[in-house]
This record gives sequence, C-alpha cells and structure tokens, in this order.
Amino acid sequence: MSDIVLKTENLTKHYGGVHALQEANFELRKGEHVAIMGDNGAGKSTFVRQITGVEQRTDGKIWFDGKEVNFAGPIEAREAGIETVFQNLALADDLDVPSNLFLGREKVLFNLGPFSILDRKAMRRATEAALIRTAVKIPNLSSTIRHMSGGQRQCVAIARTATFASKLIIMDEPTAALGVQETAQVENIIRTLKENGEPLILISHNMRQVFDLVDRIVVFRRGRIVANLRKQDTDGNDIVAYITGAKTGQAELQAA
Amino acid sequence: MSQTSHGIGGLSYDAKKRPWPAEFNVFLALVILVGAFELIGRVFLGDSFLFNTRDNVDAIFNEQRLQIIILQVSIVGIIAIGVTQVIICGGIDLSSGSIVGATAMIAMSFAQVATVNGNPNPKAMFIDYGWTDLPVIVPLLVAIGCGLIAGLINGALIAYTRIPPFIATLGMMVTARGIAKWWSKGQPISFPTDSFAAIGKGLMPVIIFISLAILFQLILSYTRYGKHCYAIGSNEDAARMSGIKIANHKVLVYVIAGILASIAAVVLSSKNLTAQAGMGVMYELDAIAMAVIGGVSLSGGRGSIIGTVIGSLIFGVIISGFTFLRLDAYYQEMVKGVIIVGAVVLDQWRQRRRAIGA
Repeated sequence: MSDIVLKTENLTKHYGGVHALQEANFELRKGEHVAIMGDNGAGKSTFVRQITGVEQRTDGKIWFDGKEVNFAGPIEAREAGIETVFQNLALADDLDVPSNLFLGREKVLFNLGPFSILDRKAMRRATEAALIRTAVKIPNLSSTIRHMSGGQRQCVAIARTATFASKLIIMDEPTAALGVQETAQVENIIRTLKENGEPLILISHNMRQVFDLVDRIVVFRRGRIVANLRKQDTDGNDIVAYITGAKTGQAELQAA
Repeated sequence: MSQTSHGIGGLSYDAKKRPWPAEFNVFLALVILVGAFELIGRVFLGDSFLFNTRDNVDAIFNEQRLQIIILQVSIVGIIAIGVTQVIICGGIDLSSGSIVGATAMIAMSFAQVATVNGNPNPKAMFIDYGWTDLPVIVPLLVAIGCGLIAGLINGALIAYTRIPPFIATLGMMVTARGIAKWWSKGQPISFPTDSFAAIGKGLMPVIIFISLAILFQLILSYTRYGKHCYAIGSNEDAARMSGIKIANHKVLVYVIAGILASIAAVVLSSKNLTAQAGMGVMYELDAIAMAVIGGVSLSGGRGSIIGTVIGSLIFGVIISGFTFLRLDAYYQEMVKGVIIVGAVVLDQWRQRRRAIGA
C-alpha cells in the first residue's frame, strides 16, 4: 500500500442526468507513468478534474500519498503535491520564464506582505536548474512567453509542474497543438521525468506516444474504465478495440 | 549579460538581437517631438523651443519653459502612476479626476486659517467648531483617507461584484464629483495654512511626482505586488490557477490608485491655494493618455512607470509646444485626442507585428 501514490475507489461524477464518470477504480504507483486513453467524452478529463479538485465528485473516494483527500479546489490539490499541465497552458504571456515558473509562489528576500521584495537571482538560478533537470531548451530566460513558440511554451508549463510537483504530475494532451519537433521535445521531458522516478498521468490520443512513454494504459469508454493493461500485454489494435467498444472490459461486462 | 548565461540546454542566444525596451521607443518619440518643435520654431518664428535665446539670461536651455512643462504634468503625472498600475493589472480607472475634486474640497476644509489680514476667515468651513489652523498632518490624513475609501469602494465593486472596471469607476467618477460640489454647496474653499501651502510651492510638485514615480517603478519591478499586477493583467485565469488571490490584489491596486489621486489633490489645492468643486475635471483621461502614450498596453500586462513618466513629458511638450507656436488652446484638445488614439493604434500594431515575428 505504501508505494501507491494515487488511488480512487468508485469515483463517480454526474452532470445532472449525464453520467460522465462511473465507479472508476484507479491506482498509480511510485515512479509509474500511466496513460489515460479514450474517445472524446469518454470521461478522461472528467476523471482528472475530480482528482485535481477542479470539480467536486458525486461519489467515491480518493487517496493521495497515503491519506484520503477531499480537495476543495485546484490550489489545495497543488499544495498537496499534484501538478497539472492544463490544455490551455495557464501561463502569463507578458512575464518571463522565471516569473512564470514561480507565479504565485515567488521566492522573496524580505517579507513585507504584498510588497515583499522578490529574490530574482534565486528564482533565476532555480529556473535554470529546473530546465536543465527536465532537459528543456529555452534560448532566453528573460524573454516573455509571448515571444515563444508553442513548443517552448508547453515546455515551460511542463518544467513548472516538474519543478514543484513533489508527488504527481498530470498532463492533459500536452502535445495536441504541437509540431513534430516540438512534440519530440515534450516527449523527451517526459522521459526525463521517468528517469527521475516522478509519477505521471498522461492523457493522450497519440497511440505511438503512449506506447513510447508509459508503463500502463487505462482506457475509458462511456464514463467507465474498460481496460487497465500493462504495455507489454497489449498492442495498438487491442487498445483501439477497447476505445471503440469492439472489445469490452471487465467493468462493462459486470454492469451489463 | 554574456551569451552563455542565457542559453539553456545547449541553445545559444544572441543578447544583441534582443528587442529594444518599449520605453526606448517612447523616449525616441519625445526626442523627435522636441526636435520638431525646435525646427518649426526656428524656421517660422525665428525662436528656439528648447534653448535660451535671451541675452540677459545666462543659461543654455530655456529653463523657464522646461520648468513649466514638467510642473504642468507633475500633478496629473502623480495620478498617472496609479492609473498605470491599474491598467497593467487589466483594469481602468475613470474616477481619479473626480477623486481629486472631492479630496481637494474635503482636505482643504481641514487646512484653513482662522484669520485673514486680522479678520475672521470668511471661507473657513469649520470655524464654528474651532477646526482652524490645524497641523498639516490633519488635512493630509483626511486626504489619504478620502482616496483610500474611494479606492476601496472601486476595488471592492470590481473584485467582488465582478462588474467591469469601466462601469465601477464611472460610477465613482460621477459620485465623487457630486460629493465635491455638495461639500461646500459649490463654494470654493480657500486660505490654507502656510504649512499646507508649502506642499505645492515652487518645484515641490515635481519632486513629489519624481519620488513617487521612482518608488512605484521599484515596487512594480522588484516586489511580489508588481509581479502579480503583470500576471493578472496578462492572464487572469493563469494567475488564479497559480494561487494568486486576485480579489485582494485588485482591491489593493484601486486603493493605491485612489490614494495617489488624493495626493495629487493635496498638491494641486496647495499649489492653487484654493479648492474648487471643478478641480481635476478630465484629469482621469489625461492620466490614462500619459500611460498609453508611455507604452502601457490597455489590454493589460505591459507597461512601466518609466514609460508613463516619459509619456507625461510628451504630453507636456505638446501643450507647451502649442503655446510656443501661439496656436489656440482649442487645437491642443483636438490634437490630444488624436495622440491618444494614435498611441493605442500604435500599440495594437506593435502587438500584431510581434505576434507575426514570434
């Protein structure tokens, strides 16, 4: 039990009459990278939103880091050690890289409440260290996010999560809007995270990427987990069969 | 900065190719403008805009004109400092001119002398209560209190009812002007104590303006408050997701803007030795114009106090230049409008070009 980072039991979310997520039982172990796959509307993002406290679940329990948790909001989840790379990035365009990395948790020299003096050098050093650790390539730390390419932005967002996530990183389609080279760069960062033993949940539609990067694949269909397979026990066709419903998993069989 | 300190992960970066800071462009505009007035003056009037041309004065520059330029803009400039941080934070403050009016009236009524030339001061509002010849700290605290309350109401309305800043501060603009007129039933309030009158004497407004400008430039650049201003203005959702307490921050931003407007009111009424209900009309627009000319983006997230100070100088040079060219004051207003719109168009154009270049 001690090496389980995240566990959900019967996690359920209803939006009015829509059963977006039903009785999801999920486990993530230390250092493990898990992909969540499924068609649009299968419940992937809903699942993540319940874990990160963005929404409040209808039913079920969540354990994180050995304790049962009830996050009132995303900030509580973040304070507990869950970092999420959102699809819309959540970066401030007019700030430079260190400022974005430390947004909302700036290092300060003197604490004077809101007028605390920032420790810019320390933040810059920590940023350089974080970027090197995650193998992110950024030409100029002082230029604003506005001047960066989509891939560079995504890298900054990921570096930020990797800098602060002590326990779990969640990425919601991190390469959806990126070109080939940029995707490769993001994938390299994910590999670096794997080497560093940081657990990760990756939501992705990209079959090659999933098979390249993760240990285990969880397939959602119509709000239920229909497959939970180790990478070596399955292949692309198998996963597609689960996603489309051509092949049904244990959970759905039980419900039927 | 060396090349190696920038490149992370083996990428090199040429620091020489860094774009100019926006403030540099604004400064360039100021220089060109002064040059243009100088040229037109020499050609058409046979007089110099910038340099001293009188034989009986021993100076290189026309110091008198330069003093007038900076004195003219320093009071609105104080307001513009507050407006700058409001705009950077993604808001707008239309109430500052009216806050100047209301604060000037209220503060001045606590700064009056009891006797003028041996006779009881006919304008003293609180003479019956004996509230005359009070120490200067009293009107000062009253003034700051006025700005604080007005800013608090602005900020609370914007942060908690989530109405657009335009509407909230428009309401305050009308209300505060009403208070200014109601306070003495439209009568001007005059005869301040010597210590109150000293605040706006001579070049004091300039000194106050420059000191506040330096203070707030440092705050914006080096404190958490400043960083959060830029963050909220540039992506409010990102700022919220990052755990910044947006509502508290916004209230603080408008409170500071209100206090700066009230400081401007003290300086203005002290300089004029009187307070009138119509004081500060249109100052809010002049202050916004100074910020916009100085490169502060109306869409938030970008700008600096340095830019606004240069913007205010451009403003002053235009007004002074028109007087120098003996053009009617009517033209000044027309040209002011054109410049404000022009500055915003330029800002939009700059943003688009940057987006294409990225």
